[in-house]
Amino acid sequence: MAQIFPKKANDLVKVLAAAVVLGACGLGTMATGLWLSPFITQQDVAKQQVVPFSHLHHVKGLGIDCRYCHTTVETSSFAGIPPTETCMSCHSQIWTNAKMLEPVRASFKTQKPLEWLRVNDVPDFVYFNHSIHVNKGVGCVTCHGQVDEMALTHKGQTLRMGWCLQCHRAPEQFLRPPSEVFNMQWQPPADQSAKGLELVKNNHVKVEQLTNCSVCHR
Amino acid sequence: MSPHDTNVAALEPSIPLIAPGHTYTTISDKVAGIVVTEPQPKSWKFGILIGAIGVMILNTAVIYLFYKGIGIWGVNIPVGWGWAIINFVWWIGIGHAGTLISAILLLLNQQWRTSINRFAEAMTIFAVMCAGMFPILHLGRPWVFYFILPYPGTLTMWPNFRSPLLWDVFAVSTYATVSLLFWYVGLIPDFATLRDKARNKVGQWAYGFFALGWRGSARHWFRYETASLILAGLATPLVVSVHSIVSLDFSVGIIPGWHTTIFPPYFVAGAIYSGFAMVLTLTIPVRKIYALEDFITQRHLDVMAKVMLATGLIVGYGYIMEAFYAWYSANPYEKFMIYNRMTGPYWPAYWALVLCNIVTPQFLWIHWVRNNPIVLFIISIIVNIGMWLERYVIVVTSLHADFLPSSWGSSVSWRNLRPRKTSSWPRKKSMTRATSRSMRLRLFPWTVSRKRLGSRRPDFL
Repeated sequence: MAQIFPKKANDLVKVLAAAVVLGACGLGTMATGLWLSPFITQQDVAKQQVVPFSHLHHVKGLGIDCRYCHTTVETSSFAGIPPTETCMSCHSQIWTNAKMLEPVRASFKTQKPLEWLRVNDVPDFVYFNHSIHVNKGVGCVTCHGQVDEMALTHKGQTLRMGWCLQCHRAPEQFLRPPSEVFNMQWQPPADQSAKGLELVKNNHVKVEQLTNCSVCHR
Repeated sequence: MSPHDTNVAALEPSIPLIAPGHTYTTISDKVAGIVVTEPQPKSWKFGILIGAIGVMILNTAVIYLFYKGIGIWGVNIPVGWGWAIINFVWWIGIGHAGTLISAILLLLNQQWRTSINRFAEAMTIFAVMCAGMFPILHLGRPWVFYFILPYPGTLTMWPNFRSPLLWDVFAVSTYATVSLLFWYVGLIPDFATLRDKARNKVGQWAYGFFALGWRGSARHWFRYETASLILAGLATPLVVSVHSIVSLDFSVGIIPGWHTTIFPPYFVAGAIYSGFAMVLTLTIPVRKIYALEDFITQRHLDVMAKVMLATGLIVGYGYIMEAFYAWYSANPYEKFMIYNRMTGPYWPAYWALVLCNIVTPQFLWIHWVRNNPIVLFIISIIVNIGMWLERYVIVVTSLHADFLPSSWGSSVSWRNLRPRKTSSWPRKKSMTRATSRSMRLRLFPWTVSRKRLGSRRPDFL
């Protein structure tokens, strides 16, 4: 009986087998790279907002405290997006005719809130509470990045679960004294690991509970 | 006389595993002919049609399930496991016969396995696929089923290695891999035969590809035998381990009735029992349709029936030990469980199971029954039903009434199948309830008759 396969079929099969293995590895690498990239995480990607609000100008330039606008951050799960009235507390006096602020004035006149696009968000199955984090000594910068440097607001971190767990597993590496929570310039001291453990103890942070599923998924 | 003309039956005259007069050539011609040369019989097309309809029904059911959620099975608290887990255990058990035949019987040098091992192994692979489907369907969020795999991801979390559900994943996936390899390695010489007999280029290429260049040389056969033995050695522990781990799914729970120490061996015996029943269910029609009586002889059916009888007796012993354990433990919850299992709202399921799994196989003591394909076929179907009922009884009766009457309830009360006569409620209302119940009646509706459980609570449900 004649041969069914030509002689080179053996080599072809070997090449194909190698191609399948390498192709699978390559695809996996590409998918992982994509998954970690800002294209998926949206980290460092600014959104087009209705008014190009600059934290750089208001926080760093003018020295306004976070809580002037995000009023409920210490008491509520939600930090709070300021109503138009908060903007108008200054902008009824200064830059009253600026074209850039026209949507703010329109909103104030019509009583229709500005529609900001949310930048930092976690999925609905995550129970996140700002007040507990702020009161236990997690600085704004720790999660949101150097907001005072952001001309246009963007996510400072991935907000992925693995990222959350870094701190929930070892909060002593990230905690700061309660007085420094809103300080955008605070740097961890050289003995952060020792100081951090002290903060964990003084603030009654129960580390052994922090990685329970139900702490975040209720 | 060339070796190809050796009379196979004459090699071992005392064991007529193959009808007299066959040579290697006639066997090859017959077996390969079914695949490549003979036209498929009408019944094959009919079988494919039935199978396709079944798959369509499955697809519809699965889409509806994903749309509505697992509540459509009637699972709820306290009976949180139902249809899916029962089916999982049932299917995975069926697969075990294939592995037993391919691995243990190979190591024990049981010649009769060779007539049935191929499709028993194929049955195993399909059974494992069916089994693997159900835990995923049972998930509330089936699209994230891969969370149970330990892979490095952005969650930076590992699954719970202390959970038997994770052990299940490893056990079943190992089992599927080894079964597939076993099946394929065994097929290589047969692919070569099919390649040589194929009548067109596509067939030659496809079979030739999978035959991996098999020429049938002595060296090939030597390696083939070695590989088969190694795989048999790997698969043998799996026959025992997979269903043992499935039984641990139950044992780790705190529910009464799931703690008998006999659970793992009793599950394994049940698995082989149901597996052999399924092999018979498949063998008997195939043997008839393709006229394979020369190769799958009465003797094969006889031996399989004996395996079924033996494992059936072990399973029966398991049921008796469950009852004994409940009594001997003097644990009121265990005692109530077994009493409730036998006389509670699910008594028909329990006694049907006893009828199917203990009483029916006793007929296999009779030589005439073991050699009658039609009776054997009927018995195999009954045993399959019985083994499904066994898992139903274990899952549902234990869950529906555990430690506190406040957590009793749920799932089918057989009395819901007919309108209730009366209670303190007005007749009309009772009828309305009965009607609405019948409408909701699926396998596991929500309502339960609490009276039957001996609870003093008013029957207001």
